[in-house]
Amino acid sequence: MKSIRIGAGLGFYGDSWRPILATIERGDVQYIASDHLSELTLAILQKDRAKDGAAGYTRDLVPMMTALWPPASARGVKFVLNAGGLNPLGARDVLSQAFAAKGWRARIAVVTGDAVLERIDSLQSEGQTLAHMDTGASIDTVRDRLVFANAYLGAGPIAQALATGADIVLTGRVADAALTLGPLLHEFGWAPDDTERLAQGLAVGHLLECSGQGSGGNFGSRHFWSEIPDLGHIGYPIAEVRADGLATITKAPGTGGRVSFDTVRQQLLYEVHNPHRYFSPDVVLDMGTLRLDERGADRVELSGATGLAAPTTLKIVAGYDDGWMGHATIGFCWPDAYRKAEATVALVQQALREERLPVEDTAVEYLGLNTFLGPHADLSQRDDLNEVWLRMAVRSRDKRAAEAFPRLFPWLALSGPPYMGGFHGIAPASQLLGVWPTLVARELIESEVRISVSET
Amino acid sequence: MKIRLAQIAHARSGDKADRADIGLFAFDAAGYALLKREVSAQRVAAHFAWLLKESRDAVECYPLDNLLALKFVLNGALAGGAARSLRSDNLGKTIAAVLLRMEIEVSGDLVIPAQAGIQRR
Repeated sequence: MKSIRIGAGLGFYGDSWRPILATIERGDVQYIASDHLSELTLAILQKDRAKDGAAGYTRDLVPMMTALWPPASARGVKFVLNAGGLNPLGARDVLSQAFAAKGWRARIAVVTGDAVLERIDSLQSEGQTLAHMDTGASIDTVRDRLVFANAYLGAGPIAQALATGADIVLTGRVADAALTLGPLLHEFGWAPDDTERLAQGLAVGHLLECSGQGSGGNFGSRHFWSEIPDLGHIGYPIAEVRADGLATITKAPGTGGRVSFDTVRQQLLYEVHNPHRYFSPDVVLDMGTLRLDERGADRVELSGATGLAAPTTLKIVAGYDDGWMGHATIGFCWPDAYRKAEATVALVQQALREERLPVEDTAVEYLGLNTFLGPHADLSQRDDLNEVWLRMAVRSRDKRAAEAFPRLFPWLALSGPPYMGGFHGIAPASQLLGVWPTLVARELIESEVRISVSET
Repeated sequence: MKIRLAQIAHARSGDKADRADIGLFAFDAAGYALLKREVSAQRVAAHFAWLLKESRDAVECYPLDNLLALKFVLNGALAGGAARSLRSDNLGKTIAAVLLRMEIEVSGDLVIPAQAGIQRR
C-alpha cells in the first residue's frame, strides 16, 4: 500500500531549522510541513507591514529555504509553509529573488484569501455578525482598533496548490494541521466525507505542528525530561502515513529526542479544547477513539481516529489594539531581600499616584519566589532569601504613561532600600493586543481563495 | 498519605486566546484511576482560583481512558490572553507544573512506579 513520509518544519516564527536538515538528509521524507504562525504572530507581522508595505511575511523564510533547498531539491522534497503571514505574495517575491540569485529553479504556488480585515463591512452586509465566539460581544466594540483579521483555511487549497506541480507552497493563515493534511489529500485523494481518514490526517498534522514538542522537547514532567537523549540535536517528528490512514510517528535516525507513547500523547492533547470535538476546516476529530501503540524504538503507531463532517463555518482570529505595557525589573540581595522588594512596590505605587499616571492595571511579581506557582509556592525561606527580583508592569491606554512607568525606578538606586542591582536601563513600552475569535460562513471565504503559481 | 501529582503523572499546558489548557497524563493505569477519582474540575478550579476571573464553571475536565489522561480547560485564566497579559508567563506554559504540585490523599499501600514515565515500555 502506498505511504508517504512528512517531516515537521518549524513550530513557530524563530524556531530552529537545523533539525529539518537531518530530516531531509536522513529521514526519507517527501514533504516538510512548516508552521511559522502562532495565534498572535500576525500581530508582529502587521507591525512590520505598517513600516514597509512589502513586508508582512516571516523573515526566517529566505534564510531557512536557502539552507534547506539544496539538499531538499536533490531528493525531491517539497515544502508547505505558512510563512506568507499577512503577505504571501510578498514572501513569494523575496523567495523567488533569492532563488534566482543562486540560479536555483523551483515552482512556487501561493495560497491567498485568508486575510479579511478589509472585508469586515462586506462580511457584515452578507449577514455575518462576527460576534466574539466565547462572549457573544459585538465586534463593534473593537472595530476601530482591529489590526489584523484572518480566516483559518483548510487543507483543500494546499492540495490544489500541490496539484499544480508546485515544489513549494506558501500560505498565509491556514489551520496548523492543514500544512500536513494538504499533502495527504493531494497524495491519497481522500474524499471530503471520508471522516475517518481525514481524522487520522488531522491528528498527524497536530502532532507535527509544534516541531520538537512532538519528539521529546519540552517534556513536561518532574525528572523524566532529563532522560530524553541529546536535546541539542533533537530530531523533529516525522509521520509515515499509509493511504488507508494508518500512521506512524518517528524521527530521523541518529537524532536526539524521543518518540514514545508518553511524548506523543503529551503533544496530542496540547492546545486542544474539547478533545472529542477538535475543530478544523476539514474534519472535526474525536481523540477519544484514537490508539497510540509503541512499535519499537522511536516509533509510535496512531490508529482509530474518528471524526465528524467538516463544519459549515471557518474560524477567524482578529487582533485589536488593547493599550500599552510599561515594565521594569530590579534585583535585591540579602539581607531582607523580600522586605526591600515589597517596600519598593509601595514606593513605586506611591509615585504612580503622585505623578497621576493613568494606568488601568498593575502586576507585581517576585521573580524566583512565587511568579509561576502563586499561592502554591513554598514561602518558608521568604524572610531570609539569598536574593529576589522584583518585576512590575502596568497597562495603560496612553503610550506615554507606559513609557513613563520604568522612569519611576532609577532614583531608587541612591535613595531607596540598599543592595539593589540589575536595573539594566529603561525598557521600551510594548503594544498589547486583544484576540477576537469569531466564526464566518465558509463559502464567503472560500470563494475568494486563489492559487498563484510561478517559476524561478 | 499525601503525594504530589508529579509522582504519578506528567503534564503540558498551552494557550488559546484567554483560555489555558492542561493535559495531565498518568504513568500507569493505577495512577489514572487515582487522577480520575481525585482531580475533579472543581478541585482544579480551587487550585487555580487566583488565576480565574470567575471561579465557578471556569474549568472543564475531559477524561480520556485511551490515553490515561485528563484534559483540563481553564476558561478566562490568562488575564485576557497572551498578548494583553502583564504576567511573565503570559502563555501559561508553567500552569501544568502548578497542577503537578497539587497534593492528593492516597492509601498507604500505593506503589509509586520508580521507573515510571518515558522508560516504562
